This record gives sequence, C-alpha cells and structure tokens, in this order.
Amino acid sequence: MTQVERQQWDVVVVGAGGAGLRAAIEAREQGLRTAVICKSLFGKAHTVMAEGGIAASMGNVNAGDNWQVHFRDTMRGGKFLNSWRMAELHAKESPDRVWELETWGALFDRTGDGKISQRNFGGHEYPRLAHVGDRTGLELIRTLQQKVVALQQEDFKADGDYESRIKVFQECTVTRILKAPDGRVSGVFCYERESGRFFVIEAPSVVLATGGIGKSFKVTSNSWEYTGDGHALALLAGASLINMEFVQFHPTGMVWPPSVKGILVTESVRGDGGVLRNSEGKRFMFDYIPDVFKEKYAQSEDEGDRWYEDPDNNRRPPELLPRDEVARAINSEVKAGRGSPHGGVFLDVSSRLPAEEIKRRLPSMHHQFKELADVDITAEPMEVGPTCHYVMGGVDVDPDTAAAVGVPGLFAAGEVAGGMHGSNRLGGNSLSDLLVFGRRAGLHAAEYARDAGGSGAGRAEVDEEQIAAASAEALRPFSAEAGADAGAAGGEAAGEAGEADGGGARPPENPYTLHQELQQAMNNLVGIIRRDAEMSEALTRLGDLRVRARRAGVEGHRQFNPGWHLALDMRNMLLVSECVARAARERTESRGGHTRDDFPAMDRDWRKQNLVCRLADPAGGALPAADVPDPERGQIRLEKREMPPIRPDLLDLFEKDELVKYLTDEELTA
Amino acid sequence: MTTAPTTGTSTGTGYTARFKVWRGDAEGGGLEDFAVEVNEGEVVLDIIHRLQATQAPDLAVRWNCKAGKCGSCSAEINGRPRLLCMTRMSVFERDETITVTPLRAFPVVRDLVTNVGFNYEKAREVPSFVPPEKLAPGEYRMQQEDVDRSQEFRKCIECFLCQDTCHVVRDHEENKQAFAGPRFLMRVAELDMHPLDAAADEGLDRKTTAQEEHGLGYCNITKCCTEVCPENIKITDNALIPLKERTVDRKYDPLVWLGNKIFRRRE
Amino acid sequence: MATGTTERPPSPDQPGGVRAPGRAAIKARHLRTDRWWVQPTATVAGLMAFIIYSAWRALINDDYYAAPYVSPFYSPCLGSDCVDMKGGPNFALFGDWWFMSPAAIILVFPLGFRFTCYYYRKSYYRSFWASPPSCAVAEPHKTYTGENRFPLILQNLHRYFFYAALVVAAILTYDAILGFRNSDYEWGHMGLGTLVLWANVVLIWLYTLSCHSCRHIVGGRLRHFSKHPVRYRAWGWVGKLNARHAQLAWASLISVGLADFYVFLLASGAFDDPMLF
Repeated sequence: MTQVERQQWDVVVVGAGGAGLRAAIEAREQGLRTAVICKSLFGKAHTVMAEGGIAASMGNVNAGDNWQVHFRDTMRGGKFLNSWRMAELHAKESPDRVWELETWGALFDRTGDGKISQRNFGGHEYPRLAHVGDRTGLELIRTLQQKVVALQQEDFKADGDYESRIKVFQECTVTRILKAPDGRVSGVFCYERESGRFFVIEAPSVVLATGGIGKSFKVTSNSWEYTGDGHALALLAGASLINMEFVQFHPTGMVWPPSVKGILVTESVRGDGGVLRNSEGKRFMFDYIPDVFKEKYAQSEDEGDRWYEDPDNNRRPPELLPRDEVARAINSEVKAGRGSPHGGVFLDVSSRLPAEEIKRRLPSMHHQFKELADVDITAEPMEVGPTCHYVMGGVDVDPDTAAAVGVPGLFAAGEVAGGMHGSNRLGGNSLSDLLVFGRRAGLHAAEYARDAGGSGAGRAEVDEEQIAAASAEALRPFSAEAGADAGAAGGEAAGEAGEADGGGARPPENPYTLHQELQQAMNNLVGIIRRDAEMSEALTRLGDLRVRARRAGVEGHRQFNPGWHLALDMRNMLLVSECVARAARERTESRGGHTRDDFPAMDRDWRKQNLVCRLADPAGGALPAADVPDPERGQIRLEKREMPPIRPDLLDLFEKDELVKYLTDEELTA
Repeated sequence: MTTAPTTGTSTGTGYTARFKVWRGDAEGGGLEDFAVEVNEGEVVLDIIHRLQATQAPDLAVRWNCKAGKCGSCSAEINGRPRLLCMTRMSVFERDETITVTPLRAFPVVRDLVTNVGFNYEKAREVPSFVPPEKLAPGEYRMQQEDVDRSQEFRKCIECFLCQDTCHVVRDHEENKQAFAGPRFLMRVAELDMHPLDAAADEGLDRKTTAQEEHGLGYCNITKCCTEVCPENIKITDNALIPLKERTVDRKYDPLVWLGNKIFRRRE
Repeated sequence: MATGTTERPPSPDQPGGVRAPGRAAIKARHLRTDRWWVQPTATVAGLMAFIIYSAWRALINDDYYAAPYVSPFYSPCLGSDCVDMKGGPNFALFGDWWFMSPAAIILVFPLGFRFTCYYYRKSYYRSFWASPPSCAVAEPHKTYTGENRFPLILQNLHRYFFYAALVVAAILTYDAILGFRNSDYEWGHMGLGTLVLWANVVLIWLYTLSCHSCRHIVGGRLRHFSKHPVRYRAWGWVGKLNARHAQLAWASLISVGLADFYVFLLASGAFDDPMLF
C-alpha cells in the first residue's frame, strides 16, 4: 500500500464545535501545538444550531441566582442521575466561561445597566441564559473561531506561519484512534473528504468533541455530522460509554413540510411567552405536571401568565417543564387524537406578544417558518412535535479532567462525553457544558501531552499495522462487489479484498438505503416511548443491518464522495444505535430521556445505576457476517455500575422532602 | 418517533422536475440532465439529496444544518447565488428546467463543492478584537444600542454568497490579492463599531486599514452582496458605506481632522 | 471613466473572471433566467431622459421664471442677466463675465450631489458601465480598480456636496415660501404652482436628509450612541429615511424636473397657474 502522510502534533482535537474549539484554544494557550480536525468547514459545526442561550448563574437579571441554584436545577433536570461532580464544576465555572467570551469579542444582548442579559428557560429557576436573540450558538462558534484566528495571528507575528501552533484540518474525518501496544493513545487515522487522501496525526493526547448521534434517528434536529463518530471511536479504542439509553427528544421540532420535519423550534419561544395548545385549543400542559414538580409550577393559566411579569410571587407555567416532560405530554396528546393536522400540537406566540416584539426576540424562528413553511409566526400558531435532539450518554470520563476512563491520552468533552446531564439535559446547559468541559479537556490533554515527554522519546509509537488496517477498512466500500465477507474484524483485510472467495453473488448495498432503514428502525422502535419487545426487534434489525453494511458499496472515486463517507459513517451509527437499544432495554424504569411503556415509573433503585457499554470484541470493527447466527449477539457488552454517593454538602442544598423522591432510604440515612 | 406515523408515501402532490446539475472537477465538466421527483414543501437541497440516493450517489455537495443557519450549501441556482436549503421548489414553475452549479467565483473541487479557502485567508488578515486592558472578564458594560450595529453583522453565517457574487473578485481573479470582500470588510466595520474594541490603543486604526489593507476602495457599492445575503444583513448600507464614510473622516476630510486636533477628540 | 476600468482586447488563451482556470467550466457568462436586464435598461432610460431634458432646459436660459415661481434649475440665479425676480433668489455674484446660462453655475451642486450619491453610483455603475450589469452577470471589462484611483477617488467628496445640497434645499424652501404670493407679489395666496414647488422641496429635503453621508455625520460616526442620546435618535430617523434613499432619489429627480416643467409651461404661456386662493 502507499505511504500514508504523517504529521506530529501535541494535542489533536476531533471536532470543531463549541467543545472542540474551546479545548483547542486552551491547549494552544498552554503552549502546546494543537491540531483540530473537523468534518465540515471551520465554523459550520452543529453548535451554530443552538438557539436559546448559555446557562450561567451570573445573576444579572435576578440577583438571587448563584451556582448552588444552578446545580440544583441541573440535578433535578437530570433526575439525580447526573455525575454530581460534573454538575458542580459546570455550575461553578460557567459564568467565567461566558465572561471570557466577551473578552474574545462576543456581543451578547444587554440588560439596562449594560450587563449580559439573561433569559428564562425550561427547568431553570431564574432567568439564566446569556443569549443573542435566538442565534446564541452562532455567536459562540463565531467567537471561538475568531479566537482561534486571533491565536493564529499571534503565531504569524512570532514566526511567520499562521498554522505553526494551531491548525484546523477542515473537511477531514477521523476513522480510528491509534494506540501503542501499552494501551496509550498514539494518534489518529484520518481521511481528507475533498481528496480522499489518508493521513495520520501522531499525538499523545486526543480530545474527542464530536457531538452526538442524532443522525441514527429519522426525525432529528441534528445535522449529517451527528453520526456518533466520537462515541464509536472511543468504543473502538477500548473506552466505555455510559447512559446511552438517555436520548433527549426536544419537544418542539417542526413537523411540516416533510422535508424539514425535525428542525428545531427553540425553547425560547416558550420562555418568552409561547404556549402549547391541542386541537381543542386547550393549554394541555397543566394536565401533565408530574408530582416531583408539583410545587414548582403554576396550577392555573392566570398564575402562569402572571409569572412572566412577576416571577417572584408566581410559579412558572408548565410549558417550561424540563424537555422530557413536555415531549412526553405532546406525544400523549397526539396519540389521544388531539393533535394538529400534520401530527403535532400548536405552539402559539402570535396571540401572546405583539408582532414587532416577536420579530425582535425570535428573528431566526420568524425567518425559519416564513422561509421553510410559509407560516407567519406573528399571525398564526406553529405546528410542532418532538424531535431527536441530544444524547445524554457518552464517553465515560473523569469529571475533573475529562479523561476517558481506561484509555490513557484520550479525552472527551461536550455532547460526546457522558454523565454531566444525567438522564435529561436542561436547555442552555449544553453550551455551558461545551465551554466548561471543553476547557478542562484541553487543559488536561495539554498537561498529559507535556508529561508524555514533550516531543520525542516518551511518546507512544504509531503502529504501522494499525495504519494498514485502518486504510483497508476505509477502502472496503470501493471493493464491495468483489466479495461480501472480505476482510473480517478490523485489521486483517489489508489488500485482501480482491482475493476474497467471490462466492457471494449478492449485490452491494446502497449506503443511503441502509441509513434510511437504520433511521426508521431507531425512530420507530427505540424512540420516545419504548417497549421491551420493540427494542429486541430493533436489536435484531441492527444485527441484520450490520451484516448488510459490510457489503455497502460505492460508485466513483475517493474525491469528495458522499456515498463513501456515508458508508464509513454507518459503522459508527450502528455501534451507537446498538448501545442505545441495548441499554434502553436493560433499564426497566422511566427516567428523563428514557421512557418505558412497560415500566412507566421512576425507580429509586435504578437512580444510582449507570449502564456501561463496551465493545464485546476488542479486536474492533464489525464481526464477519457469516459469524452472526444469533442476531441478538451484537458488538456491545453491557454492565451495570454503581455511582459514587453524592457529596453530603451538595445533598444539603436540597430539602429532605425532595430527596426522598429520588434517593433510596439507605442513601438518605447514610 | 411515535407522534406521527411516518408512512413514507408522497402526498400525491408530487411531480417530476427537470434539473441540470453541473458535474465535474477542476479539469473540466458540464451540466448533466436529470429528471427527478419533487414533493410538496421541498427545497432544492432535498432534490439534490434525492439525486444522491437514487441516481448519482457520488454527487458532491456541501451541506450541514439544512435550516439556513450554517451557510454550507451555497451554490448557484438558475444563475443566482443562493442557499440550496433555503430555496423552495415552489418558487419555480413546474415545467421550468432548474440549473444548479457550484459557486463561480471560487475554484471548483468537485460537482457542487468549491474551494472557499480564499475566505479563510481573508479572515486571517483582519486583526482580531482587541480587549480593553483595564477591564477584567465580567466587568464589560455595554449598552444595547451600542452593540446593535455590530450584532447585525454578527448574524453572518459565512455562507460566502456575498463573496461569490461580488464582481470585484468574481470577474477579476487578480483582485483577490488586494480585496477582502464584503464579508470581511463587514468584519472590519463590526470591530470598528464594537463599543469596547481597543485596537486604537495598539496603534491600529481600522478606518484607515479598511482602505489601505483590505481594499475598501474596490467596492463600488453596487449592492449585490446585500441582494444575495440570506440573513438579510444590510451589508452595503450598514457596513460598507458607513465604513467608507469613516475612511473619509480619516483620509479625505480636513474639517474632521482639524476638529479632532482642536477638540482633541478620539472617537 | 466610470469605475476605473480599462478595456484591453481579450486574449482567448487567458479567460478571466468566471471563466478563469480552475473555476467550474461553464461557458455562459451567466445562467440567470429572469429578466435581469430590465432594471439597468430602465435606469438608463430614466437617467438619460432626465439628462437630456435638464441639459436642454439649463442651456436655453429662458422661461424659468413665472411670477411668483422660479424653476429649481435656476435658483439661486447667480448671473447678472437673470430675469428680475422680486424678492427672489437672484444675486449677481458672478458679475458680468459669466456668459453662459446661470443654471450652469448652480446646477453643479445638486448634480454633483447626485453624481457622487451612493445610490446613483450603484445605479450608473450597473446600468451605464455594466460593472456589473446585474448580480452574478459577468461584466465586460478586463480589469477593474474600483474607486481607488483618480477620478473615482473623488467620490469621497460626497459629503461636501451634501453640505452644498443643504444650502440649495434651503434656497428652494425660500422659493417655495415666495410661492405664497400671487403674480403681483401680494402675500397670502396660493396656486397650483405653490403645491408643485412644495411637493418638490419636501422630496428634495427627504432625499438630501436620507443621504448616507448625512447619516454618518448625524450619528453614524459615533462609537457610543448611549453617550449621545439626541444624535442617536436623529441617526435613527435618518436611518429610516436612508432605507428609502433610492425611492427618494427617483421621486425627487422626477419632482424637480416636473417643477421646472411646470414653470416652463407658465413662463412660455402654454398654461395658466390656477389660483386656489
């Protein structure tokens, strides 16, 4: 095979969204040479889609806010399944991360006294979200992008090269994390989307910041990039994933027209006064306030309406319950036959705010509905329904350092990391998560890389064989016709594609068809409401798809070939989908982003359990097709793990009455 | 998702549209004809995706959010620079042939994908925001009316349609060296209007460099950038012309110069 | 002159612009299917009509005063051979040596204002000079230097023409006030001509105040609006007008021509001014 180009860097960040860029900035500021690899163009990452804001208890609008309140809200939102240490760090550090953005040029909306304005959001006790209209994600990504450019300008001044110490490899995809025999990370294997060229970046530290897995579902607010790459790379590198059963369905996605189904309608619509109604015109959310939240939410429309003006003496309307509650409620209304014409419910802001005010506060929503659905949201209600939005689960990391458990040199931050949000994420906590843990991952990846020997001697060697195996794996779709089962688990396929038995006359599979079938299966069988039998069915179908995916073939050549890219992404989507389905079938309760029709209640014994996913076959890759007599036997091994008890001083932030709803008696008396 | 049964059948309002899509690479290429199904409510990007899934699996196209927020799917439709995801099929007649080509101001990579590296180079040439030395993080105070102008420019999704349509570089390759293009002149304006940018303390006068370093003088305000902007940013009226006027203050207006000398202003 | 482009014979081996090497190989200069040429054509027609009409009117040096109305083309009348306009804007500043039409003196200012106006620049760069003829339609020029060099660098003088235009607008306002007289110079009357002059002067004011330079001077040049609340409000108003600068440019161009034509009709005796009171 041809020689693959190699480059040496100190820290490699995979992904250039909020977490990735924040990690890269930190690693570079620590003085380490940092490479960023992203699938899209620089500045296009999915973070731009975030609308509402960044949660940070700065207390600019309500001085009563502080990190303790934010911590409490986060734990409640996650139904106490959160990694409490991550939730604590997040609540404490997010104000600093937001203020820091201002010093890099961010321009948030302002309060009357010139501070950063903060808005209300579901599950947050006080107005807490720093925002810019409804395009906060764009502001975040642009600010970080411009900070990277600022650092590059510094380097240019110093040594005449913009890319000497921080470089963005845009439109490149990582397909494998490379490891030394001693188990340490040694680099990443990538291909350039534009040319199809392979290259290797050698580095002692790799930070995963690849976002989520939403493209495994049919109705999703996520972009094509969200194929669970980081989740799968971590698994394949020997790390584990936790909480994969918790997938957040955002309550309000567009439902019509079909081509935009799933595109997000920001929660700010409700934060700014929008209400949900069914086809009978009823504000149905009042019927869906769960017992654990009874004291916190308004019981009448009058009280809810008064809250917007006088939040200190009234309780918030139930439209602002955490996302999982609202999504389930909408789902129930539609099932009961009280849905809107296109199978959603009505979200109305037109009767609540003057048209000018709507345009000022929700400009992108106004634009989005006008352009894509021909709906003027200042004059008529929107139709909305749940859409797959976010995965709470992710790489099992150390809360303080963001280091992946079990793989030295591997770090993860942002959506790809698990634990922080427990079973359900609050709106606005994502952007702050990216910044807080992006920075921590960058910092600790830099420290690790420095300790690993700076440059040279102490670094892990990149193994030629792994490079060869990764090349063969990536090229397989081009020789799919030659033989279905060529090249089994991961490695030994190098160069053997052509000499395969050729006995299988089965035609190659179209990767687009496979992808659509996967999305349909996950959507229907492991969606918002789950049942045991359906998830078993999903696992069977996933097994079948996995076999067929090995025959995924593509036409054309390696230069910017989307069919090929999708064929490669299928491996990742199948891996994470299996994690979701397997963990969801195992967890016999309903909690946050995991709702079981057959186990509708929350179970306190399950509260302290994490479900941990690992690769069953450590050789990596998919199993040879012929070896799957039992479709149930997949690639993922699942195990239960007890969470560390919550630190007493943090428990003391809650009323005893509230804790009894979540914790077992032993935990309470301990 | 269980909220709405996804039958996958078309609603009966579908029809077959004729498309011409440019295919090729830097070596050459041409418009290829396609007949493709169109359903109610679809945008041009849906049709391109359908072509990929059914007729041309290796058709290269750049896209991301499919909601007009990331600015990836820029192309030219019937000769006009547009976002594929924000161009609804309903704006065309059913018997119209729709032509889709890559951006024509930049080198083509393959099919609808172009090399937009020019824009990233220009982005690097604009000196970044300079934080005021005396203010610690958290101490920034800015009034809404003082940030409104720059906020408008920060709505930019960097789709580079303005850069593509601007005749200064579209029609004159040789000007790419000297001219930053509307997007990055707007970035200069954004920073010059930023209430706390301290560039002046470092001896950087953005009003002068707009002309001298970034080629503001090439702009002849013919407003095509404003016409194509999918975010409806008033690039010409609110960024480029004000920047030209600020440059005039510095370079062509002795009265302002005298006034500043006499009153020792530094605004 | 126009946009400082110089024509060079195109060499077939070195295609430029959208047909430059490396760009998508498409022979057509543009692929637009809409009627993009309508606007530049209409602009040429409109501007040419005005130029021809105004040149004729400015050069004939006659029929520009019909008491109490003066044509805006001849106001203020600064030559020594002006028609006698009682109380009117005739000051023989230029003395006897000026031999041409007095209109030629004063028209320099409003024409210069319009010629350097950001809207008109856009208009004639597109329609007269095809630089570009329309968006994404390739321009015919081989090279392009924009407003970087002489003479187009003089466009930067726009604000001085704006100051002059303020004076002109003030004088036209004075003329319109004089229109509240009858042909015997008695105050307290009003004719159709008064309305015509007022309509014109209002449009002239709106066009002048909606100018981009005005917007800059009033407040645009400030960095902290919050420290200058009055100028901020003024900037907001000018901004609202500025959004309609193009429409106001055309409306005031037409109105100034019509006002002149109305005076011409009266002065040449083709029409009698109907008195309202």
